[in-house]
Amino acid sequence: MSQRGLARAALRTPTGVLALAGVVLLTVLAVVAPMIWGDAARTPDVEHLLEGGSAEHPLGTDNIGRDLLARTLVATRLSLVLAVLTVLVGAGIGVPLGALPTVLGRRSARAAAAVTDLALAYPALLLAIFLGVILGAGPEAAVLALGIASAPAFARLTQTLAASVAGSDYIAAAHVLGLSRRRILFRHVLPNIAEPIILNVTVAIGYALLAMSGLSFLGLGVQAPSYDWGRLLTESLDRIYVAPEAALGPCIAIVVAGLAFNGLGESLAKAASTRTSYARPPAAPAGSRLAATLPVADDVPAADEPVLVVEGLTVTFPTADGAITPVRGISFTVGDGERVGIVGESGSGKSLTALSLARLVPHPGTVSADRVEFLGRELSGVRSTDRDRVLGTSMAMVFQDTTTSLNPALRIGVQLSEVAEVHGELRRSDARRRAVERLRAVRLSGPERRLKQFPHELSGGMRQRVMIAVGLMGEPRLIIADEPTSALDVTVQQQILRLLKEIGDETGASCLLITHDIAVATELCDRILVMYAGRIVEDIDAARLWKGPAHPYTRALLAAVPDLETDRSVELASIPGRPPDVADLPAGCAFAPRCAFATEQCRQEAPPLRIDETDSHRVACWHPQEGSVVTHQARVETEAR
Amino acid sequence: MVSLATPVPAGFTDRHPTAAFLIRRTARMILLLLVLLVLSFAMIHLVPGDPVRAELGPRAPASAVEQRQAELGLDQPLHEQFADYVSGLFTGDLGISSTSKLPVSEVIAERLPDSARLAGIAFVVIMLLSLTIGMGAAVLTKDGRHSGSELAFTTTTGFFATIPEFVLGVALVYFLGVQLQAFPVAYEPGVAAYVLPVAALSIGPIAALSRIVRVETLEVLNADYMRTARSKRLPARLTYLRHALPNLLTSTLTLGGLLLAGLVGGTVLVENVFAWPGLGTTVVESVVAQDYALAQAVMLLLGATVLVINLVVDLILGLVDPRSTIKEL
Repeated sequence: MSQRGLARAALRTPTGVLALAGVVLLTVLAVVAPMIWGDAARTPDVEHLLEGGSAEHPLGTDNIGRDLLARTLVATRLSLVLAVLTVLVGAGIGVPLGALPTVLGRRSARAAAAVTDLALAYPALLLAIFLGVILGAGPEAAVLALGIASAPAFARLTQTLAASVAGSDYIAAAHVLGLSRRRILFRHVLPNIAEPIILNVTVAIGYALLAMSGLSFLGLGVQAPSYDWGRLLTESLDRIYVAPEAALGPCIAIVVAGLAFNGLGESLAKAASTRTSYARPPAAPAGSRLAATLPVADDVPAADEPVLVVEGLTVTFPTADGAITPVRGISFTVGDGERVGIVGESGSGKSLTALSLARLVPHPGTVSADRVEFLGRELSGVRSTDRDRVLGTSMAMVFQDTTTSLNPALRIGVQLSEVAEVHGELRRSDARRRAVERLRAVRLSGPERRLKQFPHELSGGMRQRVMIAVGLMGEPRLIIADEPTSALDVTVQQQILRLLKEIGDETGASCLLITHDIAVATELCDRILVMYAGRIVEDIDAARLWKGPAHPYTRALLAAVPDLETDRSVELASIPGRPPDVADLPAGCAFAPRCAFATEQCRQEAPPLRIDETDSHRVACWHPQEGSVVTHQARVETEAR
Repeated sequence: MVSLATPVPAGFTDRHPTAAFLIRRTARMILLLLVLLVLSFAMIHLVPGDPVRAELGPRAPASAVEQRQAELGLDQPLHEQFADYVSGLFTGDLGISSTSKLPVSEVIAERLPDSARLAGIAFVVIMLLSLTIGMGAAVLTKDGRHSGSELAFTTTTGFFATIPEFVLGVALVYFLGVQLQAFPVAYEPGVAAYVLPVAALSIGPIAALSRIVRVETLEVLNADYMRTARSKRLPARLTYLRHALPNLLTSTLTLGGLLLAGLVGGTVLVENVFAWPGLGTTVVESVVAQDYALAQAVMLLLGATVLVINLVVDLILGLVDPRSTIKEL
């Protein structure tokens, strides 16, 4: 985007418009005010000394009768000029200091960075005092002091920007071509970092103006008979009891100028940072969206003493182009001690299903359901301490990323024992004892020692064990594990799966495993739910899965699983076509566009999830298939012939 | 390139990262202090023309000039002057202030406590309020909720962060001091006199810091470990104070350090608005009156204060946050 385009983007916000108007107004004032009001600001009037506000002098007069409004307006020029000069000094010293290291050798680069670091350690006021002493208090010393003081910030900014440019391919190419360092700096580095530096200059002018006013206010900046806003403010301060309007002019001027320059800089920066963002996907036709979100009544499986019953669970997110529904009215049960796997590609809604059961769907997502019963207790509806206790003690969550899911600032011991302290009302010492027991239960070595450690001191597999132990601190009846092994390496994956299985056997807890890997699911689970585009398309016993699932999507997933005999030199089987876009789903079966068996009915009418002739098998397909799946290996061999 | 077969011998830095870090940081500060020391000493020698003549005025008799030169030690060779200067720092002999005719150490001892109290109270007020306001705003506007409140928050804080402390001071003097007569507008013994200066000194930083705290908090609230904390169904108090707050510690400490250093400058301005008998008014008077001995001492003191604060904050950061990358600097 060009500079002009950037300015136009900045002007789209009200702040940007106001700030630009302010800067333009100040600039015009700086040029014309001394010509128009110069005389009024200069001419003493012995008959009106130290007056308050009047029609003739809105802000009153000073000690020799000069009009204070005129003086405030005229002072715009000096205030602005000094601020610009200050920034020029700062950028003039800082930008070269920051740019040089990229084109100099490593040693000089380090030295320049060290100088910048040292200079950043001293505040601007010290420099102002130092130079004020040497040069005498006055605008020269103040400009130089504030300029030098702002130089390190410019140097640091340039250094960072230039370092990123210098690492780029074309600078490397320029070095190879033998271009001189000076040429590289001026032809390649500086043009590429000019824009952010210009942005920074705008903000810096605002700061310089405020700082310079401050120094003048102290008597270290502009000296009489010259005057800027800071000086005018000082002169009016001792009259604040009798003529407060005298202070009003310079106060307003300083605040407006500060707001205008900072506001413009901020708007420009915001425009610059958002312009690289990606365009929104085109809006889907309203009809398809509506059809896609229409609930399709699923058969609800019967189960003895279910731990969890879900009916018509829907998760909706509002977006700028209307609501999207990543989970569309799904129904399933988890029996006592049963291990159920939810399998699907990313975007199928499986993780949101898990989060919605735990009431952890992030705002602005909304969850609705006909029924969500956990341990015979309705979970949907308003939050209550009672429900929190049930969820906190009986439902355990295990998340995917072990590096981010444990709190890095808290010791393992605290993260374990707090659950028991809050919900089990255990005393601290008892909670700690239980924490040690649970760490032992997840086969973590030296549990007493672990309590005092921080998560970053543990390996990924150990952290996942801790995470499982956290879930065991209550008395879990259901463990929801969202991709618990995906971030771990293969051997550790197997250990964690085995641990989940053992924990289930020992405690009798049910398990809901969310995974994209159907092979992992079949290893641990008794039953598999296959999700596609926010719906369950098949609900099948793990044992029966290998004999042949009915839904073409499940069959495709299964066919893509590599086994030990798979020839790794041949590309893995993948499902043709693109995964569905939840914002733009077809009216009929979401899998139809990728399905070899799709007919006109599939494209028009969404198939409901129906119970098969056998009691526990459910499938949502108009054309269910039979027979075992042709494995990947067999297909490759066929194609080879 | 190091071959994989021969392990690199672990250096001191690798074996004792914290100790190495402490040593490096302390050495750096000593270097910075030396630079400051030399600058403050050199200051008087860099004044164009004769500083003593400038201080006493063109009509002062030559004998008076010579006497003052001897007082300042300017008739000695340079290296002896520097040695005297440094030894004076340790014995508390910082020369005589030309304006008040009192020993500089006495002036500082009298003025420092009032400044330190003002800055100290302001620091505590700023840290408490900006953390509370920033975290509160983050919880309120999490995940794009309450976009109206967010706009109000960013606009208000943006406005107050831009107003310089001396303008704010003048406005407070007028509205709360002159109009309502609620608080004293200038220094007097007692707590009431602190209200307006502390407010003038803290409102801007509170606005600026609570903005940063909000953004930092939002990042923490979106972290996976906060989802884990929510899955434990802890009371809100524990979720925010135990799980979110410690993760804000690093950025809060960094900000606190920057803030303290910035308060040194802010105090000077605010003291001048409220006629506060602190170091801030002293240093400005000394520069304007060309009272070199006093300006030199105050500059050294303020500079050293800033450096010590920076060091302490860095050290705390390095020790508190086990993962802090600051150790590599």
